[in-house]
Amino acid sequence: MTAATLTPPRQGAAAGRDGFMHLLHAEWTKFRTVRGWVVAIAVAGLVTLLLGVYTGARSQEGCPGGPCHFTIPTGPGGEAVTDTYYFVHRPLAADGSITVRVTSLTEVMDTAMTPQGTAQTQPALVPWSKAGLIISAGAAQGSSYAAVVVTGSHGSRMQWNYTGDSPGLAGGASATSPRWLRLTRSGDVITGYDSADGTTWSMIDTVTLPGLPLTVQAGLFATSPGYTQQTSQQITGGSSGGAPTDATATFDRVNLEGGWPGNSWTGTPVNGGRSSISYPAAVAGGYHQAGGTFTVTGSGDIAPGVNGASSIDQTLAGMFIGLIAVIVVGALFITAEYRRGLIRVTLAASPRPGRVLAAKAIVLGAVTFAAGLIGAGGAILIGTPLLRANGSPIYPMTTLTEVRVIAGTAALVAVFAVFALGVGTILRRGAGTVAAVLTAVILPYLLTAAFPVLPTAAANWLLRVAPAAGFAIKQVIPQYPQVDGGYAPFQGYFPLAPWAGFAVTCGYAALALTLAAVLLRRRDA
Amino acid sequence: MRSALHAEWTKLRTLASTFWLLLAAAALTATVSAAAATATRCPSGGCPDDPTKISLTGIYLGQVVVAVLAVMTVSGEYGTGMIRLTLTACPRRITVLATKAVILTGLILATGTVAVFVSLLAGRLILPGHGIDPAHGYPALSLGDGPVLRAAVGSVLYLTLIGLFSLGTAAAVRDAAAAIGVVLGLLFLFPIIATVAGSQGAARHVQQIGPMTAGLAIQATTGLRSLPIGPWAGLGVLAAWAAGALLTGGLLLRQRDA
Repeated sequence: MTAATLTPPRQGAAAGRDGFMHLLHAEWTKFRTVRGWVVAIAVAGLVTLLLGVYTGARSQEGCPGGPCHFTIPTGPGGEAVTDTYYFVHRPLAADGSITVRVTSLTEVMDTAMTPQGTAQTQPALVPWSKAGLIISAGAAQGSSYAAVVVTGSHGSRMQWNYTGDSPGLAGGASATSPRWLRLTRSGDVITGYDSADGTTWSMIDTVTLPGLPLTVQAGLFATSPGYTQQTSQQITGGSSGGAPTDATATFDRVNLEGGWPGNSWTGTPVNGGRSSISYPAAVAGGYHQAGGTFTVTGSGDIAPGVNGASSIDQTLAGMFIGLIAVIVVGALFITAEYRRGLIRVTLAASPRPGRVLAAKAIVLGAVTFAAGLIGAGGAILIGTPLLRANGSPIYPMTTLTEVRVIAGTAALVAVFAVFALGVGTILRRGAGTVAAVLTAVILPYLLTAAFPVLPTAAANWLLRVAPAAGFAIKQVIPQYPQVDGGYAPFQGYFPLAPWAGFAVTCGYAALALTLAAVLLRRRDA
Repeated sequence: MRSALHAEWTKLRTLASTFWLLLAAAALTATVSAAAATATRCPSGGCPDDPTKISLTGIYLGQVVVAVLAVMTVSGEYGTGMIRLTLTACPRRITVLATKAVILTGLILATGTVAVFVSLLAGRLILPGHGIDPAHGYPALSLGDGPVLRAAVGSVLYLTLIGLFSLGTAAAVRDAAAAIGVVLGLLFLFPIIATVAGSQGAARHVQQIGPMTAGLAIQATTGLRSLPIGPWAGLGVLAAWAAGALLTGGLLLRQRDA
């Protein structure tokens, strides 16, 4: 009697675990014995892989006389950078500081070239033109640095190692309202200050530059990024036009303190030569010194690189083809049971519908994740070296980012399949489910990124709220507020961060599954 | 033929889903079109170049509902087994498919006309409030304007051809979910493949043969030179897809057992 009252819960618990394994096994058997589904999932993975390889194999960068071999400079963190400016410098071999007054910063846009090869210019306003003080490990591109700058219309700022950016005083520099800047160095710690009058100083930021050599190059610089304008969005896709710009800054009251061994300034155009994709056309820059006044002209930018390079996600176009097959199979995995009446047998064999749904989701998710991993992994790992071999500049990235793109894409495919399963359970009709899920997943991506017909504002809104938000997981090149990149979905920039977008898609799948489980319990099969 | 038409009409008319799908097609087309018009702004770079096309954005969603309706007129019968009864009553299978096509064409023409008219009306009312007005060189949308009329009539015909294309595909594929997958796959894939086609020329060729990319060229009223294919030629490409699908579906329907 006592034993009988004690044992059932334990037996029940054991049977529960065992029962779920049986359920998994049953659902796996149902899946693998429908040949069409297995073929569809295998084809989905293969098409993704093969189209990625094809993308890499057929790519040819158009340079006269063969493929181009661009180099993309990388910064201390391994990230792609733009590092092109005019540098007026001298060595600093110990601790020290440099102070300067900036009395003007103006920009011109190169509008045309004369037949003699001289650039014709007109005044322009470039919000992120920069001029100021910089302490750099050297004049090579990608060197570690810290700078205090006056900008075209973002006030004075301290920037370091390409991605670091702290705001200082607002407002630009002019003859009537000059801006004072100061950098101090103590070992590998650099501190930046700015001032409106040269007497009241405020600190902007203090940064540590790991591995800064004892002797660094320090001095004045000017640079100005290309002017870009998004001109139209047409049926063939967006296009953008732009022109290089030059910034000219006037400095005076240069004051050096500490260990400056040399006694003269050197002017160096920092750029990567013709092999660099950040090389501005027809602009070399230069400087002019008259008494204590320096005039420095430069073009380019010292910033994270967001333009010019292609990223590995371009090898993933085949995923969309695979995704259509995956969504059809995900929907059929449940709606076929309704059509054939098998659902009544399934629910009679396992009266807890929530667990049936969970078993289906696990089997479907695992199978589609595996197909996605083979497809996305193969496309990227084979396609990217082919792209590189054909001379396409590939945005440099960490292994972690590469793993995130591959595993994230595979996971996204699995989540979309589970989403289709949930919607299929709710609607119980194959056609409606496939139409609804494809509309929610592929159509938003199509209208915003692949075949952009929506205005950018509407596109960004749609990619925040639609299940298609998860495609952000394949974005490689980050957005930086200190670079005007015309960030839009059709250029590969998603409005949400990679994992945030993925979370939106997961939210939809979870919502669909929960609703499906509730409905499955409430209604008759 | 008349009795076959009457039978198909009765079957479609008495299905509640037909009414709701047609209503959804019209409502979604008009709503999305109005939303796209509302979201349109004139940034410093200039206004978007084709207000008519923006006012007809909803066709992208409306076509999906039309495709579901068309697929269900065939696949629904396979799902329930009704197809055996239909083919027993009317053994000439091409006639069955033809009558289905006629009924479907009539329904979509009527629904599409309403959807396109409401969409353009919404654009005409909303867009001037966003700086797209005669003062900025954009006359109010009017069907008296040749290119706008072409876009409007063409969009209705586009929806109809999408319906016929889906009908033929469903007759060939039979299973509803798979048929919708094939139809939407063929519509959506070409623009995605165009993005990885390599050269601009190859991308244009891909867009010239895609049923959606070519067919929707009919919506353009400006910049016709930059289109991958001319408006009527594009609609012709879609018509060829529809004819090919109907032919394949008809032949398979005649050869197979139900």
